[in-house]
Amino acid sequence: MSAFSAIGEDREIDREEFTPTLEPQATWCPGCGDFGVLKALKQAMPEVGRNPDEVLLVTGIGCSGKLNSYFESYGYHSIHGRSLPIARAAKLANPDLEVIAAGGDGDGYGIGGNHFMHTARENHDMTYIVFNNEIFGLTKGQTSPTSPKGHKSKTQPHGSAKDPIRPLSLALTSGASYVARTAAVNPNQAKEILVEAMQHDGFAHIDFLTQCPTWNKDARQYVPYTDINDSEDYDFDPTNREDAQEMASEAERSLYEGEVLTGRFYVDSERPSYQEEKQAIGEMPEQPLAERYFDDDYEWERSHDLLLDRHK
Amino acid sequence: MTDHELMWRIAGGSGDGIASTSQNFAKALMRAGLHVFTHRHYPSRIRGGHTYTEVRAKTEPVRSRGDGFNCLLALGDSFARNPQEDAYYGDEEIKPLSENLDELNEGGIIVYDTGLLDSADIPNFEERVEENDWHVYPLNLREIARDHGREVMRNTAGVGATAALLGIDLEYFEELMAESMPEDILEPNKEILHYTHDKVIEEFEFTHDLRVPEGSHDEEQVLLSGSDTIAYGAIDEGCRFIAGYPMTPWTEVFTIMSQALPELGGVSEQVEDEIAAAALALGASHAGVKAMSGSSGGGFALMSEPLGLAEMSETPVVLVEAMRAGPSTGLPTKPEQADLEHVLYTSQGDSNRVVLAPGTVAEAYEQSRLAFQLAYGYNIPVVLLYDQKLGGELMNVPASHFDREPNPDLGAVTTEEELEEAPHGPGGKFHRYRYDAEDGVSPRSIPGQKGGHFLVTGNEHNQAGHIEEDPTNRVTQMERRMSKLDGIREFLDEQDTQTYMGPEEADYGLITFGSQQGTVAEAVDRLNGAGHSVKGIGVSDMMPYPEAEMTEFLESVDEALVVEMNASGQFRGLTQKELGRFGDKLSSLLKYNGEPFEPAEIVTGFEASIEGQDVPDQQTTYVPAAGD
Ligand SMILES: Cc1ncc(C[n+]2csc(CCOP(=O)(O)OP(=O)(O)O)c2C)c(N)n1
Ligand code: SF4
Repeated sequence: MSAFSAIGEDREIDREEFTPTLEPQATWCPGCGDFGVLKALKQAMPEVGRNPDEVLLVTGIGCSGKLNSYFESYGYHSIHGRSLPIARAAKLANPDLEVIAAGGDGDGYGIGGNHFMHTARENHDMTYIVFNNEIFGLTKGQTSPTSPKGHKSKTQPHGSAKDPIRPLSLALTSGASYVARTAAVNPNQAKEILVEAMQHDGFAHIDFLTQCPTWNKDARQYVPYTDINDSEDYDFDPTNREDAQEMASEAERSLYEGEVLTGRFYVDSERPSYQEEKQAIGEMPEQPLAERYFDDDYEWERSHDLLLDRHK
Repeated sequence: MTDHELMWRIAGGSGDGIASTSQNFAKALMRAGLHVFTHRHYPSRIRGGHTYTEVRAKTEPVRSRGDGFNCLLALGDSFARNPQEDAYYGDEEIKPLSENLDELNEGGIIVYDTGLLDSADIPNFEERVEENDWHVYPLNLREIARDHGREVMRNTAGVGATAALLGIDLEYFEELMAESMPEDILEPNKEILHYTHDKVIEEFEFTHDLRVPEGSHDEEQVLLSGSDTIAYGAIDEGCRFIAGYPMTPWTEVFTIMSQALPELGGVSEQVEDEIAAAALALGASHAGVKAMSGSSGGGFALMSEPLGLAEMSETPVVLVEAMRAGPSTGLPTKPEQADLEHVLYTSQGDSNRVVLAPGTVAEAYEQSRLAFQLAYGYNIPVVLLYDQKLGGELMNVPASHFDREPNPDLGAVTTEEELEEAPHGPGGKFHRYRYDAEDGVSPRSIPGQKGGHFLVTGNEHNQAGHIEEDPTNRVTQMERRMSKLDGIREFLDEQDTQTYMGPEEADYGLITFGSQQGTVAEAVDRLNGAGHSVKGIGVSDMMPYPEAEMTEFLESVDEALVVEMNASGQFRGLTQKELGRFGDKLSSLLKYNGEPFEPAEIVTGFEASIEGQDVPDQQTTYVPAAGD
């Protein structure tokens, strides 16, 4: 029997299992978009068929990082910008886990930008949710990498002189095999995309538009939005990289002009995940590494055998 | 020193194969029954420049580099011959011969490659040879190599020549070459080896009398570096995950592990930076695998935040810190012991970690194993602190030393059965961080275990792992985490991790940590031989500090000299801070020029210190006790 019997358990999963039985004190402001992500995520879980004991949710720091206070599962609320390296190692240690990483736009595109690029490049089989509210929430409203050019804040009183980052394009060029944008105001689409992302075998990046009514009052609430996959106006093939790139640039430009385009921008189901690549070249065992520590019959190799070979 | 020990130095340009040649030379002598020890010196550049390695060999165990050396093989810097127009290479062409003469002992031997080096370029060469009674054997090694194979095989020609002069059986070199070389280069190398050997015997009249003695080992020996033993200790302790980013000298451990782990069904990851590297180690460890990461000073600085997270979240992890001379990028390829305070106190908040500093190649194996036992047994980060010297030096160790059972035990982890019984809070939540944990160690569950999910956070948290700022909870959790160090100190006391040197009773003490232990041990013997009354201690527990043992040691001597490779006396400072006294008993002998101590420097430094004088050698510094 597996040491991890929660994994692969065959039963109906109820979304309420993901609600903490003992409500932690609310730290999100009323009307915060983060509630939308939480709701969609809880709704997605029964469809993905994973129970709280087989899900590892790794977050960074920020209001977004509080997600796992409200979401019942194995959780790792880590440090600012570092959710991805923690999450991807956990996946390598035990590929049977459902690994989700989450954080804000400052967390993911600012301080953690380097990790974002590399995790996408490696195409780890995991889901990455970025709560994009175009502002630093937890530190009280400073300009973030997705704040529009000219955005004024206490630390940028003359307005930002920087162009905002292009997260969808960045994910695409870095090598993410699934790229989507959704919005907290659209829980149905958000849920669908989350389900797809978790079922996707590779790095799934979701730029999740969330409103911050406390610090970003000027920001559009991301309504009305257009679902590019349903709209007649946008006839494109998300499995085609060039189409996707064009669509992503369009969405990134139009967001700051008041047109919110959401949906799947890119889906590549052919590309092997990092784990598959590593296993193919003999750099990762087929059996989850973590299982081995609970396997009493496993014969652990000793350095002594290597030693006599190489150092005599 | 005496003639019965060989201190052979091979010098040339980086990239000329000095390291591999000296490694084989040391191995050959080990197979010939001798005890060996190597000391490396290299500049921070890839090709060219002056580099050397010393191999010290004798019939008794060798613990340290010697004082100077007695046989020089100067191969020349082949890269100095192709200067690029835009680069200035200075007079590197003659460095392998000129730079090494100052430390060549009286009566020593010089073999040099006339194909690359011209003794006429060395100021006063003839006079110095005469004055020092050196025995010079010039040979055109470059030409020999070219005529019988390829020019790059100059090393083999040089080995053949010194083997002839020292009376070492060629069979040992042939064997080693056969083990490592493909057929097409093996044959010409063998030919060159024999040709040079025979030529030297035929053409020269030997005026020196240094010969390599016959030796024999009671049991099978292996030749290993500190980097090897750290890696092998980790492997035997069940570490199967490593993440890193290259930085000298940590790269050695990283490389050894990266080559070994896939063979052992483990995983190695070279990642984007050191923050990621440490974070990956935490992620893998959290998911139930024994994991390590590491770096050198600058890279370890980046790991500061993940290190703090490991402390707060009680995620077990082993981080290796390979010191080189700092600050900043410092002297990239030279040893120093100046990151001690960095690893003790880096990262915010009250330090709650273990820091171990192995003193010898063999000890690094034990300490590496111990690091994992403590990390996983106590759910705490452990830093294994060593330096470029220990990482890179080779020593023979009996193979049986490593013949031990593997220990993949994950330590303080619950099973699913235990989880059913484990305390759960309201709503059935598993209490990962229970207040009443024995020795402060509250067992964790592993993601995927049924009924075990909990929240890890770097914020202060309650028993279930939820963020909690209540003052009583804060104090309780803080005290529990800190209390683990008491248990660890007791555990380490039982392991007897400190190394005692010299007689049990003595008037004076020599205190050191890390890589200087072997050199201090040799100095203690010499001092006692010269009529002084000295004992020594090599400390390997930096945090928690071995209070009881050190108090006893310091109470038993009148005065003590702390020997360390840094400019500020960090270990002396730690000792005073931890013990809260002895300021008037402790003085310092410091060296921070990028080279480790030679035993004689410690002997001289000690003698000067007891007489209250300045040390004569400009490369070492004496700092008197605070009471002086
Ligand atoms: C290394 C480090 N730098 C800075 C901070 C302070 N900090 C906490 S949250 C945050 C910004 C969060 O913004 P974002 O990621 O957009 O998330 P939000 O709060 O908007 O959800 C910052 C700068 C920190 N915790 N750690
Ligand atoms: S500050 Fe903004 S992002 Fe943070 S909880 Fe409040 S509304 Fe949400």
